[in-house]
Amino acid sequence: MPIQVLMPALSPTMEKGNLAKWLKKEGETIKSGDVIAEIETDKATMEVEATDEGTLGKILIPEGTADVAVNTPIATILADGESAADLAKAPAAPVPQPKAAEAPAAEAKGDAKAEAPQPAAKAPAAPVSEALPDPEIPAGTEMVTQTIREALRDAMAEEMRRDGDVFIMGEEVAEYQGAYKVTQGLLQEFGARRVIDTPITEHGFAGVGVGAAMAGLKPIVEFMTWNFAMQAIDQIINSAAKTLYMSGGQMGCSIVFRGPNGAAARVAAQHSQDYAAWYSQIPGLKVIAPYSAADYKGLLKAAIRDPNPVIFLENEVLYGHTGEVPKLPDFVVPIGKARIARAGKDVTIVSWAMGMSYALKAADELAKEGIDAEVIDLRTIRPMDTETIINSVKKTGRAITVEEGWQQSGVGSEVAARIMEHAFDYLDAPVTRVSGKDVPMPYAANLEKLALPSVAEVVAAAKAVSYR
Amino acid sequence: MAAPKKSVAKESGQEKAGSPPEFSKEQELKALRDMLLIRRFEEKAGQLYGMGAIGGFCHLYIGQEAVVVGMQMALKQGDEVITGYRDHGHMLACDMEAKGVMAELTGRRGGYSRGKGGSMHMFSKEKHFYGGHGIVGAQVSLGTGLAFANRYRGNDNVSVTYFGDGAANQGQVYESFNMAELWKLPVIYVIENNRYAMGTSVSRASAQQDFSKRGASFNIPGRQVDGMDVRAVKAAADEATAWCRGGNGPMILEMQTYRYRGHSMSDPAKYRTREEVEKVRHDQDPIEQVRNRLLASGVSEQDLKAIDAEVREIVNEAADFAQHDPEPDASELYTDIYR
Repeated sequence: MPIQVLMPALSPTMEKGNLAKWLKKEGETIKSGDVIAEIETDKATMEVEATDEGTLGKILIPEGTADVAVNTPIATILADGESAADLAKAPAAPVPQPKAAEAPAAEAKGDAKAEAPQPAAKAPAAPVSEALPDPEIPAGTEMVTQTIREALRDAMAEEMRRDGDVFIMGEEVAEYQGAYKVTQGLLQEFGARRVIDTPITEHGFAGVGVGAAMAGLKPIVEFMTWNFAMQAIDQIINSAAKTLYMSGGQMGCSIVFRGPNGAAARVAAQHSQDYAAWYSQIPGLKVIAPYSAADYKGLLKAAIRDPNPVIFLENEVLYGHTGEVPKLPDFVVPIGKARIARAGKDVTIVSWAMGMSYALKAADELAKEGIDAEVIDLRTIRPMDTETIINSVKKTGRAITVEEGWQQSGVGSEVAARIMEHAFDYLDAPVTRVSGKDVPMPYAANLEKLALPSVAEVVAAAKAVSYR
Repeated sequence: MAAPKKSVAKESGQEKAGSPPEFSKEQELKALRDMLLIRRFEEKAGQLYGMGAIGGFCHLYIGQEAVVVGMQMALKQGDEVITGYRDHGHMLACDMEAKGVMAELTGRRGGYSRGKGGSMHMFSKEKHFYGGHGIVGAQVSLGTGLAFANRYRGNDNVSVTYFGDGAANQGQVYESFNMAELWKLPVIYVIENNRYAMGTSVSRASAQQDFSKRGASFNIPGRQVDGMDVRAVKAAADEATAWCRGGNGPMILEMQTYRYRGHSMSDPAKYRTREEVEKVRHDQDPIEQVRNRLLASGVSEQDLKAIDAEVREIVNEAADFAQHDPEPDASELYTDIYR
């Protein structure tokens, strides 16, 4: 049966084109790969190559014809042994359409003049993540006072003892014992095979980590600070976060990217930035930003075990802070569950990471003035524990957020939006955001202090939403 | 292994001196069949793109078939393969099913990524094919990571990491070279030099146009290979795999090849002349080289036609499946984001 040559689509958006020129005549022999015609699209003149072999039977669209719709038959090719008499047998344009109800992308590109588009198929509801409650800490469990630095190290050491596929790589993690001494002692215990100093090449070693994770290992990639991870952000987002989806679930990436995030002290703009909002926008990533020593330990252990890529945001200022950590053989805190750090009934303060230090001090101040604040430590930014926030707001009717990061498109903005969507009728005042100021971090001590949130600002915001 | 230098640009594609080792008849037949499958598949993909059945970007491998087929002939079970977005040929060479690849191109549920990846993003854990990556150069660090995992586990697998002459100018490539040599990782960097990074010729983009030397400052050995001659590719791959399995670290193979089609389907390829393309096709076509040798050795035209027919049937079946398989169910929208 003769083969029909159809007007080809030659770009993702082409719907019609001009048949500029025929390079083969009727009756000429055609081999696969021969250029048979030239077509003008809105962008360029393109060559059409034959994909079938035979003889050019009949030219259906003469050269010079404008606005030929894609998939219009433009010629027929006769196979060996066929003649012009067979031309009538050529089938009509055989373009099977997909069976699913939704309009496929190829059809959804109609121009303004096209008929009213079919209503798009309704997207299914997004799944709601449900986190497990915190593990029970049996009565009488010994609490160990340790620094957050030590809690992190213990978490990694415990997970490395538990699973031989877990290893850590990064700048100065091994022989130097960690730029901030977080990996102290790991080289001595686990050796150079599993505690690996890298060159100063964030983009490269982040990619190496992701590749190793695709092969089934469980890397912990330490960035000396998250500021330097901007060099590596393509590998984190395009390779680590998206591969599971793009592979239809075949190939995932169990990897933890960790290191200090946010403002340190007097290191100025390039070394003082909060990335919580950046990474929390990405489906496929989990984003954790703990405050307490116990959460640092329990959540890092959970992150290392998680089969997904996890962004673990630490805080340099907090590394030396001490806290109580339960002495349990396997203390793991579930990802995605907020913690009520202080119960109260008058106003909800939502914070996380370093923001919690302002929030908790402010709550003490507010208590002196008779305002009973409830402080929620989000701990995980993505997936966000909306339920805990909403339940609190339903009780207090007022909410503020506290973060060191910038306000525009910040995590506080997301919290405010969720409260509006889910608890609007319970609000007695607009949600207020306390945040870092909208400036690059200045160096001068006085300006740096002004750029960061303060306890006084949190107190003022809480009073404002309480109309006091 | 003495690969002819810059042979793609030479007057004659057939080198007399330094010819690569001969293939057995079985090897020639296998090479012919595997290269033909890629070519017919790609021609069909181009056709389906023209019909609107394939959307977005579609980068065809036509002309470069000898590279991936020759490399694959030197690999063993367990070796990993990773590449960029001109990836259909690599998948077929890795023995992934034509149906699954084509159905992914059309965005159907029977595709390797269940329709969620498309032309540039396909994977097969079973066949050790690690993608299919859309960001130029990203696969080089990832492939180095695959080699890292081999080293960590102490196995003797090799990561074959493909990238083009364009990607070879990306910074992370050199970060990866440094770590690969520093840690003696078993990775073969296959630079497919098809002479054009989209529309920019090598001479307009690269200060060092001998890509086999790109690892020199890291002490990574490199070879220039006639990437249009599947036997030369296989010989180079044999040397490189032995080098890597011997614990010597990485090796670079610059494959001098040529892409006949545009960068993607929407590239009119005005940056080169039709004569240039025709000349390579006429003088050096990787498939014609094998076909001519087989005919000269006494294999009949009839036998070769049978191979052609077998390949066409596979491709037609794949195209038919890819057009009739349903699109993914709407519920797939929210699956495979986390596991």
